[in-house]
Amino acid sequence: MPSSRSPRRSGRRHPLMGGLLLVIGLFVTGGAYAAASTGIAHAQDAPVSQEALVEEGEKLFLANCASCHGMNSEGSVAGPSLIGVGALSVDFQVGTGRMPMAASGPQAEVKPVQFTQPQIDAMAAWVASLAPGPGLPDPKYYAGDGDVANGAELFRINCAMCHNVAGAGGALTEGKYAPHLRDLQPIHVYGAMVTGPQNMPVFSDMNLSPEEKNDVITYLKYLDENPSVGGFSLGSLGPVSEGLFIWLIGLGGLIAVAVWLTARSN
Amino acid sequence: MSTTIESTPQADVGRGMRFTNWAANYVDERTSASTAVKTLGRKIFPDHWSFMLGEVALYSFIVILISGTFLTFYYDPSMSHVPYEGSYLPLKGIEMSVAYHTSLDLSFDIRGGLLMRQVHHWAALLFVASTALHMLRVFFTGAFRKPRELNWIVGFLLFVLAMAEGFTGYSLPDDLLSGNGLRIIDGMIKAFPVVGVWISYLFFGDQFPGMEVIPRLYVLHIMLLPAILIATLAIHMVLLVVNKHTQFAGPGRTNDNVVGSPVMPVFAAKAGGFFFLVFGVIMLIASLFTINPIWNYGPYDPSPVSAGTQPDWYIGFADGALRLVPPGWEFVLFGYTWAMNILAPTVVLIVFLGAVAVYPFFEAWVTGDKREHHIAERPRNAPTRTGIGAAGVVFYAVLWAAASSDLIATHFKMTIEGVINTLQVLLILAPIAAFIITKRTCLALQRKDREIALHGYESGRIVRLPGGEYVEVHEQLDDYERWRLLDYNDYQPLTVRPNDEGRITVGTKLRAGVSRWFFEDRVLPIEAKELEGAGKH
Amino acid sequence: MADKPPASDVETSGHDDAMDPGTAVERSNTPQNPGLAPEHQRVTDLDDKEAKGMERRISLFFLLSIVGSVFAAVAYVIFPIIPGDMGSVRMNNLTVGLGLSVALLGVGIGAVQWAKALMHGHQLVEERHPTRGSEESRQAAVETFQQANKESGFTRRSLIRNTLFGALLAAPIPAVVLFRDLAPAEDPIELMKTTMWTEGVRLTRDPSGVPIRATEVTIGSAFHVVPDGWKDLEHGKLEEKAKAAVLLMRLPVDELNEDPAKTDWSYQGIVAYSKICTHVGCPVALYEQQTHHLLCPCHQSEFDVANHCEVIFGPAARPLPQLPITIDAEGYLVARSGFTEPVGPSFWEREL
Repeated sequence: MPSSRSPRRSGRRHPLMGGLLLVIGLFVTGGAYAAASTGIAHAQDAPVSQEALVEEGEKLFLANCASCHGMNSEGSVAGPSLIGVGALSVDFQVGTGRMPMAASGPQAEVKPVQFTQPQIDAMAAWVASLAPGPGLPDPKYYAGDGDVANGAELFRINCAMCHNVAGAGGALTEGKYAPHLRDLQPIHVYGAMVTGPQNMPVFSDMNLSPEEKNDVITYLKYLDENPSVGGFSLGSLGPVSEGLFIWLIGLGGLIAVAVWLTARSN
Repeated sequence: MSTTIESTPQADVGRGMRFTNWAANYVDERTSASTAVKTLGRKIFPDHWSFMLGEVALYSFIVILISGTFLTFYYDPSMSHVPYEGSYLPLKGIEMSVAYHTSLDLSFDIRGGLLMRQVHHWAALLFVASTALHMLRVFFTGAFRKPRELNWIVGFLLFVLAMAEGFTGYSLPDDLLSGNGLRIIDGMIKAFPVVGVWISYLFFGDQFPGMEVIPRLYVLHIMLLPAILIATLAIHMVLLVVNKHTQFAGPGRTNDNVVGSPVMPVFAAKAGGFFFLVFGVIMLIASLFTINPIWNYGPYDPSPVSAGTQPDWYIGFADGALRLVPPGWEFVLFGYTWAMNILAPTVVLIVFLGAVAVYPFFEAWVTGDKREHHIAERPRNAPTRTGIGAAGVVFYAVLWAAASSDLIATHFKMTIEGVINTLQVLLILAPIAAFIITKRTCLALQRKDREIALHGYESGRIVRLPGGEYVEVHEQLDDYERWRLLDYNDYQPLTVRPNDEGRITVGTKLRAGVSRWFFEDRVLPIEAKELEGAGKH
Repeated sequence: MADKPPASDVETSGHDDAMDPGTAVERSNTPQNPGLAPEHQRVTDLDDKEAKGMERRISLFFLLSIVGSVFAAVAYVIFPIIPGDMGSVRMNNLTVGLGLSVALLGVGIGAVQWAKALMHGHQLVEERHPTRGSEESRQAAVETFQQANKESGFTRRSLIRNTLFGALLAAPIPAVVLFRDLAPAEDPIELMKTTMWTEGVRLTRDPSGVPIRATEVTIGSAFHVVPDGWKDLEHGKLEEKAKAAVLLMRLPVDELNEDPAKTDWSYQGIVAYSKICTHVGCPVALYEQQTHHLLCPCHQSEFDVANHCEVIFGPAARPLPQLPITIDAEGYLVARSGFTEPVGPSFWEREL
């Protein structure tokens, strides 16, 4: 056997050079795009006045929202009017990535958030300036330091039928669903309760008081901080996942054991 | 004068052996135990993994008994309302029944309590699952044929009892999930004509939910049902020992013998070891995976409900049957309400279970075969039976899937309406399709077996003949392997003959028709002279 | 494929009943059973050193089991439950459980491996006997019964026999009656038709019992309601709630399509419906504020609130009963009357 090296292809370039060039090219292009797009959406980080904030918000609104919600937020075929929805709605919808929506429909899915918090605040200020509506609450009402037992009880009566007792989510009619509630920001939970996004009912402060809302948030926080005591929770989906598990892993495993047991020894 | 048991001269025997001899003698002189040892000690049990499913059921039942006993020391079924005083913060001060409170205590305040609860519940799921799979094994191998038809009925009763034990058991914590399950049962009972409301009222001891139902279920769960179950299980085991176990066809195995290992020592060691393995697997699962997190559901209250409300898996087929009923199935006749949306699925389920129970007698009527059968058949060698079984399994599976229709919808991004409508259609069409596909597959597999038995299997070696032709060399099976393919029963459709009065009854015509459906399409077993003529390729 | 085999190959069925093969085909020219295959030799049968090695390995499993048992007992003590600390509960469960698992699996694996690799006696043969008793046993059994019959006169003395059967059949009858006091003396059917709701009863929040003003019910909201007075009940709280639970919603008036005879059952778009599903009684609580659908999570019955809760999907057969409401002098929502039909699942006497 002559040389142990594999024969070189013709040319003076190293065979891996092509791959390396490709990788470098991708990094350069991607980096340039990222820099450019940040520049496009980038707004001033610290607006100095409320007016500046509202103005910034209007610019962002016109660029990102007006195509569905109308140039004056009056609504259109593709999206409802935002007049009167308040700053809290914007903070929830945009802050969870639901807005801008990929396509108009009855279920806004959670997606990666497309704006920074200052940008969200700006858009919220703009929408709030159109007409009175629910504003951001006092932070003490979503601090998560309320009565966890009261919160759990309120959750079971008002929320569990759609979101499941452990906040694992559930089905609604015609393909809609109530999403899971794990690892959410408390302000977003508060916002959803007050504004009743899409098909979620409205839980105004006259239905659930701010203290009661804090209790609910406290319960959700408890669920996040205390994993299931019995072990892996199998998605907290109840008997369905437990049944699947026992058939596939339990019985399947024992059948494997039985096959080993009845096999001839070597 | 009685004779003492002597195995070896005293001088050769160690202290341990001498004690054993003395003890054996002591017991035998008072119980005739040696007769039992003689009869049972060297009984032969055949060895196949599929014969161990019944053991999984038996051992998981023993695990249930052991873990359940522990739970009874702490659980109190009373439905009196008390505020929660345990250590789980999200329920502090909440009013709940004593039953729920003690179930929470087991989970959060008693060391090993949660472990025993989880062992008990996982073992219960495994108990019913292994019973069901064991029944399927018995069905698909024809092990329910004479002389085991009665044991099939006994086993069927065990299956129903196991489901009843499970249902009464998971209702005991009186949590929101199982409480809604009881609510559904109550609604179903109330739908029954004439006596429904009364039976519900008497069962719950008041309007729903009342204060009596959990203690009553507790009595059923720890006393009445286990007693009946253990007695039924004893009959099942006695019949098994009397009939001896079936065995698959194989070299040296005939309908008149059993080939395998004796109880002592091999089978006892394997069976005993398997008990520890089943217990160990259940314990492992219970250490690592949460089951029935009752603290999330909260105490039962008629107002809240959780998204994703399902019963334990073995009640799923009934829940699914309820979900598949279209809207509006109710009518009023002479002022009386017929809730067909409950009654129709109930009747369907009873008919389905009834068909399972009486199948051995149906097949015996079709074949007219009154001989004893101790060879377990390969499913492919009974194509119509296997097809019927497949159709039954698919029917059950569609109902079972329907119980999780909302979870299917969210997980596979479909509409609940679409899922339910699809399952409604599949309920009728899928069993028919399953039967046809399964029967055809069995016949094809039989043909393949025939090919291999006569001409050997493809060895992968390609040989070029002098004329240029390429052929694949077939290796013949050895006699022992081939025998497994040759030994099966062959039936032909019934010939219709007039009875003694010269008439052909409707029953005979029906029987002939079903017999034709069963046996018209079949693959004939190989005859001796075919084997001789086959030769090698 | 399905022709009858030639007559010479088929044995005529000169069998008695117990051996009748029915439609089975019994041939005389079937291939012969080759007999038991030679016993398979394991490496532990052939090589003593291997056997010793296997013995050591099996013992290791048993030793591991001992370690597991001891660990489980120790873990019970050194991983206690600290009240309120969920992590400690989890640790206790995990460590004791894993210890026990190792203990059990160790014994199981060791015992099975011992049987498989070292024990002898895997292919022994036992003859079966026909399940029916021998002719002498059967004859003796028949004679036993005949003798007993002669000595008792059972078949001959028909009066004694028939009256005995009658007595045995009648004996369980009192048991049927003994079950009446499983429940109180009231008429359950009447109880099914009454709830806590009557004229003037205020609608209050579940579970706090605080009354609800009409102005507090905004469009799109859903309130879970119990009757005023429920919170203070001494007995029967759950039983009353199981009939009286109500869902309160507000729709825009122009979207509400009301029955002309029932326009005064709502108040400015606020409607109240029984929360107890008419299918089998689960709480129907999933309210979609844009589609006005009410979904029951148990069996997916769907009700359209905008169209007097008629059933639009699922196994329910009847719409949810509506609670007629209005406001009282202080603006709180009150019932105009009780429900005009029984709530919850259908039952036989429902329409009577």
